[in-house]
Amino acid sequence: MNGLWDALAGLGDQLAAHVLLSAAALALGIVVALPLAVWASRSERVARASLAFASLVQTIPALALLALFFPILLSLRAVFGEGLPTLGFLPALLALALYALLPILRNAVTAQANLDPGVIEAAEGVGMNFRQRLMLVEAPLAAPYIMAGIRTAAVWTIGAATLATTIGQKSLGDPIFAGLQTQNWVLVLAGCIASAGLALLADTLLGAIERGFRERRRGLWLGGFVAVALGVGAALFAQFGGGDDEDRVVIGAKGFSEQYVLARLIGQRLEAEGFAVEYRDGLGSAVAHSAAASGEVDVYVDYTGTIWTNQMKREDNPPRDTMYDEIVSWETENTGIRVLGRLGFENAYGFAVPADVSRMRGIESIEDLANVAPELTVGGDPEFFERPEWIAVRDAYGLRFAEQRNFSPTFMYNALQSGEADVIGAYTSDGRIEADNLFILADPRGAFPNYDAVLLLSPEASRDEALVSALLPLVDAIDVEAMREANYAVDREEEKLSFDEAARLLAERAGL
Amino acid sequence: MPDPILSFRGVSKAYGTTRAIDTLDLDIEAGSFVALVGASGSGKSTLLKTVNRLVEPTIGEVLFEGENVAGLPQPALRRRIGYVFQSIGLFPHMSVAENIAIGPRLGAERLPASRIAELLAWVELEESMADRMPDELSGGQRQRVGVARALAAEPHLLLMDEPFGALDPVTRDALGERVRKLHDELGLTTVMVTHDMAEALLLADRVLVMDAGRIVADEVPAALLAGNGGEIAQALVAVPRHQAERLAELSQ
Repeated sequence: MNGLWDALAGLGDQLAAHVLLSAAALALGIVVALPLAVWASRSERVARASLAFASLVQTIPALALLALFFPILLSLRAVFGEGLPTLGFLPALLALALYALLPILRNAVTAQANLDPGVIEAAEGVGMNFRQRLMLVEAPLAAPYIMAGIRTAAVWTIGAATLATTIGQKSLGDPIFAGLQTQNWVLVLAGCIASAGLALLADTLLGAIERGFRERRRGLWLGGFVAVALGVGAALFAQFGGGDDEDRVVIGAKGFSEQYVLARLIGQRLEAEGFAVEYRDGLGSAVAHSAAASGEVDVYVDYTGTIWTNQMKREDNPPRDTMYDEIVSWETENTGIRVLGRLGFENAYGFAVPADVSRMRGIESIEDLANVAPELTVGGDPEFFERPEWIAVRDAYGLRFAEQRNFSPTFMYNALQSGEADVIGAYTSDGRIEADNLFILADPRGAFPNYDAVLLLSPEASRDEALVSALLPLVDAIDVEAMREANYAVDREEEKLSFDEAARLLAERAGL
Repeated sequence: MPDPILSFRGVSKAYGTTRAIDTLDLDIEAGSFVALVGASGSGKSTLLKTVNRLVEPTIGEVLFEGENVAGLPQPALRRRIGYVFQSIGLFPHMSVAENIAIGPRLGAERLPASRIAELLAWVELEESMADRMPDELSGGQRQRVGVARALAAEPHLLLMDEPFGALDPVTRDALGERVRKLHDELGLTTVMVTHDMAEALLLADRVLVMDAGRIVADEVPAALLAGNGGEIAQALVAVPRHQAERLAELSQ
């Protein structure tokens, strides 16, 4: 119980960011929906078209809508210049505002359509012009219905805003995604309680405003407005009141434990050297790399094989050092990202089976696996079966599995133990390989490339001498045993460490 | 005849291929109380609405106090003309006093409480009604407020579109007589659309009968009762006459 309180107490920053993101998205939704609703009330065609569009948007899953804004904004850079942010607040704001559009628009249009025609005839008959009819009659009569729509939109937006974590925007989704990653249910629960509580509070306040409009009680709706304004104001102050944001070093992390721990390791070092830092956790692979290239993330850890196949689109598999050198010069020429060095361990993909199964069935290499694959179910993380590495391995060995299933990285290991998967695409630096007594199958044809962990700096960050010299000691400092231990410390079921604690453990083991 | 307050010159209104008003010419004298009578779809309501431009004629022109209404801005024109209609259309979010004062308010004029009280008295409502909301009133009271609202801006012309159609017979009768008295006291010109010939005969001093977009009879009530005005008009007069005869028989 204490853990839950501590987790909730630590969410102040995320809560403030969540409030601001939701409020801004809602405000943008209102600003777009209301004029559109007025136009729609004067034109049947506009009403149909705008409602159809808003309904269509609603059918897109929120997660996909958020993700779609990354390429959209990236292509808009041709128009607005390189300064246009493609991650974080802007895409989250736009996606959530689109999402908020439907309930507001639908209620506003319905309210207008259901206005007593006698009242409208009277408004015209007494000589109201367009503006007077809107302000004196239509707006006050539609206000309670519009407010009900805003209320629905607010609850949706606050819920969907937790997904903004995946595109690098701080929100109450941070503890949910981090907790899901490491089976830290206290963290997940804390995030859920905070966002549900926020949604309930917003619903209550907006409900008071709605009732104030409906019952024409000025005190009630005015009080509701003041309370909402105070809440947003407090969030604004919490977010921007203390110091400037510009000088912070932004540390990126993809959505798995090792990345969270390494980001904290980097952060702790930089803080010790006097830098202010900020984390962007839970980024997708491609998103993280583009974010570093654009400077929205200053530093993060990636893996040579990932860059080789995903970014460079290479299909050959050269020796380790050749690959590394080619990546360094490719990044310099194409993205301006600086590869500071290897951290010293490899986190490769490999097929893992329980050690006893490997012994009993005599499966020791991927060649052996290929013979029995048609009877087996293979599990992988959500990216795995889309990645070129999987395709390369599949084709090199002619792998044909009975079934292919996606799991989040954490659940993948559970799936192997419970028999829902017979073999999984595991990560070689994962602490659970030893802990769960798994066996990594040999890759005699060398189909999987190298996955040396490398430290990447954005073009801007790489010009910062102090930053570079603070990070250089990390190069070649972490061996795979230390990494596995730190990973296992956050992944295990009992006596979990937080990411910060695990990062300290890792620093100690690595002698930093 | 002095200059008419209202003139229709060759007015037609077509909806697709149907002609709601068919090339109609008509003059209405200041101070007269004119009833437009006819079956549903005869064009009477459409004709009334061409005056305050709730309906625009397809061709022809409507002159109000010598000016072509098509050349006047709609809001200003409508504020000069009182308008009462069947669905009343009180603004549900405004009090009785606010409803009554809306016309002058649109012209940035505030009605003093004494003027509201006077208007309420004209339609036989208590001064204390001023603060009530429309949903606290009976149907008859609402239409009384509707009439007061139409008169608030001191119009010369009062248009009424089936004003008493939704009221119970007792209220209907009382409010009809009240409006006729106000018409006389205030020196108004009134045009009332109704499908009820008895109402027209009792209140108006000129009855126009419309059929298929044309005026087929234009008589004073006494002439209609004496059998003038042609077949269509007499068919309408026959209804209340027959009812009156039946009632007379029953009472014997």
